[in-house]
Amino acid sequence: MIDSLQQAFIEETKELLAELEITLLAVEDAPTDSELIAKLFRALHTIKGSSSMFGFDDIALFTHDIETAYDLIRNGKLGVTKHIIDLTLLARDEISNMLVNTGSHTNINEENTKKIIESFREIVSGYNKTEKKQTKDAVELQSSSNNKSSEKHHHFHIRFIPGKDLFLTGTNPLMLIDELREMGSMVLSAHFDKTPDFIMLNPEECYCYWNIFLKTTKTLDDLQDVFIFVADNSELTFENISNEIPKDFEIDFTKLQNIISQNAQNNTNDFRSILKEYFSVQKQEMQSEINAPKKQAQASNGHSEADSVSSIRVSSEKLDELVNLVGELVTIQATLSQVAISNNNNDMISISEEVERITWSLRDSALNIRMLPIGSTFSKFKRLVRDLSNELGKEVELSTDGAATELDKTVIEKLNDPLIHIIRNSIDHGVEAPEERIRVGKSSMGKVHLSASQSGGNVLIKIIDDGAGLNKEAIREKAIKSGIISETTEMNDTELYSLIFAPGFSTAKKVTSVSGRGVGMDVVRRAIEGLRGSVQVSSELGKGTVITLKLPLTLAIIDGLLVKIESDHYVLPLSSIEECIELSEEDIKKAHGRHIVNIRGKIIPYISLREIFSIKTNRPKIEQVVIAKINNHQVGFVVDQVFGQHQTVLKSLGKYYKNVEGISGATILGDGTVALILDINKLTENEEIIENNF
Amino acid sequence: MSNSVLNETKQYLTFKLSDEVFGVDVAQVREILDYIKITKVPQTPDFMCGVINLRGSVVPVVDMNLKFGMNLTERTVNTCIVVVEVKLGDETAVLGALVDSVQEVFEIEPQNIEPAPRIGTKLNTEFIKGMGKREEKFIILLDIDKVFSSEELEIVQSSGNFKSNEINSAK
Repeated sequence: MIDSLQQAFIEETKELLAELEITLLAVEDAPTDSELIAKLFRALHTIKGSSSMFGFDDIALFTHDIETAYDLIRNGKLGVTKHIIDLTLLARDEISNMLVNTGSHTNINEENTKKIIESFREIVSGYNKTEKKQTKDAVELQSSSNNKSSEKHHHFHIRFIPGKDLFLTGTNPLMLIDELREMGSMVLSAHFDKTPDFIMLNPEECYCYWNIFLKTTKTLDDLQDVFIFVADNSELTFENISNEIPKDFEIDFTKLQNIISQNAQNNTNDFRSILKEYFSVQKQEMQSEINAPKKQAQASNGHSEADSVSSIRVSSEKLDELVNLVGELVTIQATLSQVAISNNNNDMISISEEVERITWSLRDSALNIRMLPIGSTFSKFKRLVRDLSNELGKEVELSTDGAATELDKTVIEKLNDPLIHIIRNSIDHGVEAPEERIRVGKSSMGKVHLSASQSGGNVLIKIIDDGAGLNKEAIREKAIKSGIISETTEMNDTELYSLIFAPGFSTAKKVTSVSGRGVGMDVVRRAIEGLRGSVQVSSELGKGTVITLKLPLTLAIIDGLLVKIESDHYVLPLSSIEECIELSEEDIKKAHGRHIVNIRGKIIPYISLREIFSIKTNRPKIEQVVIAKINNHQVGFVVDQVFGQHQTVLKSLGKYYKNVEGISGATILGDGTVALILDINKLTENEEIIENNF
Repeated sequence: MSNSVLNETKQYLTFKLSDEVFGVDVAQVREILDYIKITKVPQTPDFMCGVINLRGSVVPVVDMNLKFGMNLTERTVNTCIVVVEVKLGDETAVLGALVDSVQEVFEIEPQNIEPAPRIGTKLNTEFIKGMGKREEKFIILLDIDKVFSSEELEIVQSSGNFKSNEINSAK
């Protein structure tokens, strides 16, 4: 059984791995960016540290070697190469594998792990060899300019003021200090002036802080690593004071410690002045000159404050529950407004209006909590594009914009697979091989651009490639061949392009491991429609293709059109509705009973919901046709009465009705009755099947 | 069916369908509602009455008379919806049972419960936990997990499809 701590560790590590991947890909573009490399190292270090803490020793062991390599890179001793990035990406996958398959070692490819570790060791040992050589060469240099020698001693003044809640994280500050002690010789002074009076004392808080003088061969980074887990909530200052110390001066640590223990009045300035005094006395004695200004390094607490916009982790079930409750509140509020208006009581109306206002803002913020920026998904695709273009021998560059565009969490999750399909298709079919691209006068590097933007209640996601574009003739030929359309079918470009979403359709000449089997695009359309979205394709032969996904912002509440048939209410999704017109008995007569209406010269088929739902009572004299756009076709739905727009809180019909076709859910109206939400895509599809069977 | 269920004294809620009295384990009954408007879901069999709004959740309702092959439940002052919790696999589903009237809650000792006769009840014996004796009358104790089981669900599905075929042929 995995306890909750381990679960938390796994979640956290997954996030770190995702970050690692993003950073790696960024480093590939900017191999010298020390910020990024430091970030990589931090991520690796944290993975190593926390995995050994939670008993994932295999991960810790594995990560150790990678970390060693990155330590060298971070210190500028090793350059970032494509090889290293490839390896690290592999290693990242391996770690994520290990994480998932905790306990069962069956799925872990030990060979693979070994190979990766070996490669990293090779890199490190390769460096060590050159390093030795370099040190030899550098000996002469060093003697003159006493610079970057690994044996050089640094003198640090470290001030460590732990956060009050240090103990709560289970950290023992003394262990950290012991760790420092092992790095060299040190003088230490502990201060207790922040300790409150006894009655005010909370034994679970840390009041003590330390000033440390350390002489070590280690670098500043090594020191910071010691404090890496406490850096966030502690005040840490590292100051390299080597310059203040006279050259070739042997510090008598025992003596210094004595002086400090006797004199240090409980604060930092004293500590520094004692040190200064001690050294300057020595300095004067040795008649040495004053050197260049001291170098100060602030530890990470400064930036982490800016970085960690305070956030909490909440399970998505709790959020769903909240959204549910808000949904109920919206329903009840609608009832309240109705009652208030029908009672014609001014006080009550004003109260209900107030409640309405608050309810709406509550609704908005509750839904907002579930909104996530789509950027996290985008960054996953960088890796996909990289791997895929390697595999296919193409050069493809992925650019994105609008990563901050927010979408409902569920939508983002369900969007992942369709987007992968589309991007694969773009790279496999769209972008040409480098030679071909040069031949047609494009740069050899293909471009795939992902963009997201909000437009009204929808989010538009565009996948743009600058590849070969869609060949209309080829699509037509293929569609005729596979019997999707007949030879005489007239189609405009949009209709023709949307054929690529038909099941079993693929124009790719060869079937590769990634695409060409013709299952991809119809899955894409289905998935997008399942999210109440739509897909559109536009293309120019030789220039590229644009695939546009239109998605609703949220799935929990939709804009609906409330209609009535007999005594029952139904809701149609407003997003696909274009207009409503009247349908009189005369109109029906004119069309000889065929389900067709003529709107401004355009022939539009309609579906009588009465008939489909087997409602046998008499139809009213004048019915209403709601015209909707489905797969770029206009289809009418005949209802008795149209009420207008309705904010619809979606409810599932539950298990017993999950197989009912044409109904996507239910909602509760202001008067407490249940209205069904119609799945107009499915209804149209079913009607097509039925009519085609004649 | 496990007999252990019948070895302890349990409380049963009784309700009437036509003139017959049925009982369900009180532990599975969530509440009893007066008849409220039920929204019919199209293309489903007749015994699936539709859905109701139970304080914000959408709950399906089954007409018990139709489910057991009797006539449609007529709406009277006594018509009730018994909201029950049914185990569907690992999950608990909430469901309304439309009945003619609700009677009472009482205890039946195990010795007063007899196994269901194999024939003669005109019901699937699977549905019956046992026959409870009370003042010389028999009460059919229902196993509602079975009555509303997933196999019964499949009937919902297939007859739904059947309906659309029906429309097809009717055209």
